[in-house]
Amino acid sequence: MAIAPGKNQTAKQPSKLNDPRFRALLFQIIASVTVAGFIYWLVNNTLHNMALRGISTGFAFLNNQAGFSILQSLVEYDETHTYGRTFVVGLLNTLLVSGLGIFFATIVGFTIGVARLSHNWLVNRLAMTYIEIFRNIPLLLQIFFWYFAVAINLPGPREAIQISDLAFLSNRGLFIPRPVFEEGFGITALAILFAVIFVIFLARWARRRREMTGQPFHTVYVSLGILFGLPAIAFIVTGTPLSWDIPEMGGFSFSGGLAVIPELFALTLALSVYTGAFIAETVRSGIQAVAHGQTEAARALGLRHSWTLRLIVIPQAMRVIIPPLTSQYLNLAKNSSLAAAIGYPDLVAVFAGTTLNQTGQAVEVISITMAVYLTLSLVISVFMNWYNARMALTER
Amino acid sequence: MADFTPSPDLAPPSLTVGPLGWVRTNLFPDPFNSVLTLIALYLVYLTLPPAIDWALLKADWSGTSREACVSGGACWVFVHARMNTFLYGFFPESGYWRVNLLYFVTIALLIPLFVKQFKYKVILAAINLVAFPLLVWILMSGGVFGLSHVETSNWGGLSLTLILAAIGCVAALPFGVLLALGRQATNMPAVKTMCVVFIEFWRGVPLITVLFMSSVMLPLFLPEGTSFDKLLRAMIGITLFQSAYMAEVIRGGLQAIPKGQYEAADAMGLTYWKKTGLVILPQALKIVIPGIVNTFIALFKDTTLVIIIGLLEVLGMVQTALNDPNWLGYSTEGYVFTAAVFWVFCFSMSRFSQRLEARLHTGHKR
Repeated sequence: MAIAPGKNQTAKQPSKLNDPRFRALLFQIIASVTVAGFIYWLVNNTLHNMALRGISTGFAFLNNQAGFSILQSLVEYDETHTYGRTFVVGLLNTLLVSGLGIFFATIVGFTIGVARLSHNWLVNRLAMTYIEIFRNIPLLLQIFFWYFAVAINLPGPREAIQISDLAFLSNRGLFIPRPVFEEGFGITALAILFAVIFVIFLARWARRRREMTGQPFHTVYVSLGILFGLPAIAFIVTGTPLSWDIPEMGGFSFSGGLAVIPELFALTLALSVYTGAFIAETVRSGIQAVAHGQTEAARALGLRHSWTLRLIVIPQAMRVIIPPLTSQYLNLAKNSSLAAAIGYPDLVAVFAGTTLNQTGQAVEVISITMAVYLTLSLVISVFMNWYNARMALTER
Repeated sequence: MADFTPSPDLAPPSLTVGPLGWVRTNLFPDPFNSVLTLIALYLVYLTLPPAIDWALLKADWSGTSREACVSGGACWVFVHARMNTFLYGFFPESGYWRVNLLYFVTIALLIPLFVKQFKYKVILAAINLVAFPLLVWILMSGGVFGLSHVETSNWGGLSLTLILAAIGCVAALPFGVLLALGRQATNMPAVKTMCVVFIEFWRGVPLITVLFMSSVMLPLFLPEGTSFDKLLRAMIGITLFQSAYMAEVIRGGLQAIPKGQYEAADAMGLTYWKKTGLVILPQALKIVIPGIVNTFIALFKDTTLVIIIGLLEVLGMVQTALNDPNWLGYSTEGYVFTAAVFWVFCFSMSRFSQRLEARLHTGHKR
C-alpha cells in the first residue's frame, strides 16, 4: 500500500477522447462551427456580390409598382398595383389549383383504387392499366400534353363542345354557369353553418348515449336530413335567392358564366390524373392491409356487407392510408409549381418569374417563395399528424 | 345378382367451366358487376380502336418531311426525322459514338450487379460510384485522350436525362447516408437538429424552386469571379434535393434494423464507424434498395424540370422540335413518343424494384 496516490491516479485517467460524451460534445462543436462558418461565408459572399452589382437588399421593392398584368387573379389586380400584390395574386392562384387538384385527385384516386380491388376482371385490369400508365410518365410531360396538345387545340368558341347549352369547352377554356348570390342568401348560408354545428353536437350526443345505454341512434340519416333539410327550408322560405349566370356565345367568345382559363384547366387535369394514380395505389394497399380475419370475423358476427365496410374495413384502412395520402397531397401542392412551364400565373410563375426578372431581387424573392412552400408543407403535415394521432391505434 | 355398372360421371355444368365459366365468374357474377363490365367494355370500345387506328394502322412511318404525312393518322416521320436530337441533343454528329460508348459501358458495368452468381457486387458498385461520373466527364466533355472538347450546352436529349438522373443519384447517396446517420444520432442533439432542418427544408420545397435557386442565387453565393457551368449548377441543385429524399429512405432502413444489432456491435467493442460500416449499413442498405430505386424513378421523371432553366433534355428537345415551323402541329406525336420512352424506363425500373423486394425479403417472412 505504498504506491504514491498521485501517480496511480494519472495512470488510471483515460484520455478525454475516449469518453463518448466528451467526444460527442467535441464533434458537435466542430460541426456547428463549420456549418456556421460556411453560412457566414455564403452570406458574406452574397452581400459582397450584391453590392458589386448594385442590388439593394431588403424588402422595400415589394411596395413598388409592378406594371405588368396577370392572366388570372382572384383579387382585384392591375398594372398599377405593387409587387407585394403580385405575391398575393400568385399565392392565391397556387392555392386555387392545389385545392382543385386535391379535390379531383382524391375522387379519381379512391374510385380507381377501389376499382383496382374489384373482383370484376375487366374493371380490375382497366384500373391497373390506368395506374401503370399515368404513374410512369413525368408530370411535366402530362401537363404539356394536356395544354399544348389538347387544351389549346380544342375547337374555337363557335364549334365549342357543349353540354346541354350550360357548359362550353373550347380553346378559350372552360365556361360553366356561375352561381349568383342574391340578397337574402346569407340566411341560407347561416342555416348551413347552423346545421353543421348541430350535426357535430348530435353525433357526439348519440355516441355518448350509445356508450352509456347501448341504444343506437340513426345518426347518419338524421344528420343527412338536417344537413340538407334545414338549408333547403331556409332557401325556399327566403324566396330562392340564387340564380345562375349561364355563359352565352357573343361575338368571338363567351360572355357571362365562370371562365376557367385553358392553363388552369390543363394543369388541374394533369395534376388530378397524375396524383390520382398514386392515391389509387395508396388506397389499394391500405384496404389490402386490413387483415382478412377482420372481414371474416365481421361476417361471423352477422354484420351486413355495408356495415362490414363502414365499421370494420374503412376505419382500419384509413389508418394505413392517411400518412401516404398526406404526402401525396403535399406532392400535389409542390407540383403545382410546374404551372410556370405553361404560363399559369401561380406563385412561381408570377412572383419567382416575372417579379424576380423585373426587380432582380433574387435572394428575397426566392426566399419568400421557398418559405411559402415550406409553410404550406408544415401546415399540411401538422394537420395530418393531428388527424393521424386521432385515428391511430391506441395501444395500452 | 346383377352386376353393378357405374354410370359415367356427369359433366360439370357447362356454365362453370371453360371460357364460359371464366366469363361468368369474372365478368358477369351478379347484375351490378354485369353493368360495370358493360360500361367498361364500352369505354374500351371508345378508346382502344381509335388509338390503334391512329398510332399504327393509319400512321405514316417513312419519309423525310411533313409532305409524307397524308393518311390522317400519326405522323411518326416527325419523330424519325428528329430522332438524333432527341437522343443526342446538339452533340456534334462525329461524336455520337462517344455517347453510344457511354451507354454501352454503363450497361456493361451495371449488368454484373443483377447477376445472382456474381460475388463482388459491393466492390463493383463502389467502383461504379467513382468511375461513372469520371466516365461521363471524359466521354461527354472530352478535351483529354485526344477527344475533342464539347461544351455542356451542346449536351441534350435522352443522354442528358440519363446523365442528370444517374449523377444526381450517385452523388446524393453518400450525402444521404451521412444525413440519415446524423438524424439518428440521438446523443448529438446539435448535429441531429442540423440534419433534420436540412432534410425537411429540401423536402418541403418544390424542385423547380431549387432549380431556380441554383441558377439565380448560386452565382451570388460564391466568391466573386467563380462561375459555374449551367449544367453543373443544375446538378448541384438536384443533388442537394435528392440527398434529402435519399436520407429519408435510408433512415427507414436504419430504423428497421433491430436494436439488438446495435447493442451486439457495441458489446463487441466496435467503434462507431466500424459498427456502422460493418454491421448496420450493410443490413440497412440491403433493405432500402427498392426504396432507393423508387426515389431514382422519381428523380428520373423530375429531370424533365430542367427545361425551366433552359437545359434541353429529351422533353426539352421534343418541345424545341415542336416549335420548328416545318413541323408545326405534331405535338401529340412528340409527346406520345416521349411518354413511351419514359414509360419504358420507369415501368421496367419499378418492376425490377418489386422483384428485388421479393428476392430480398429473405429470412424474416411471417
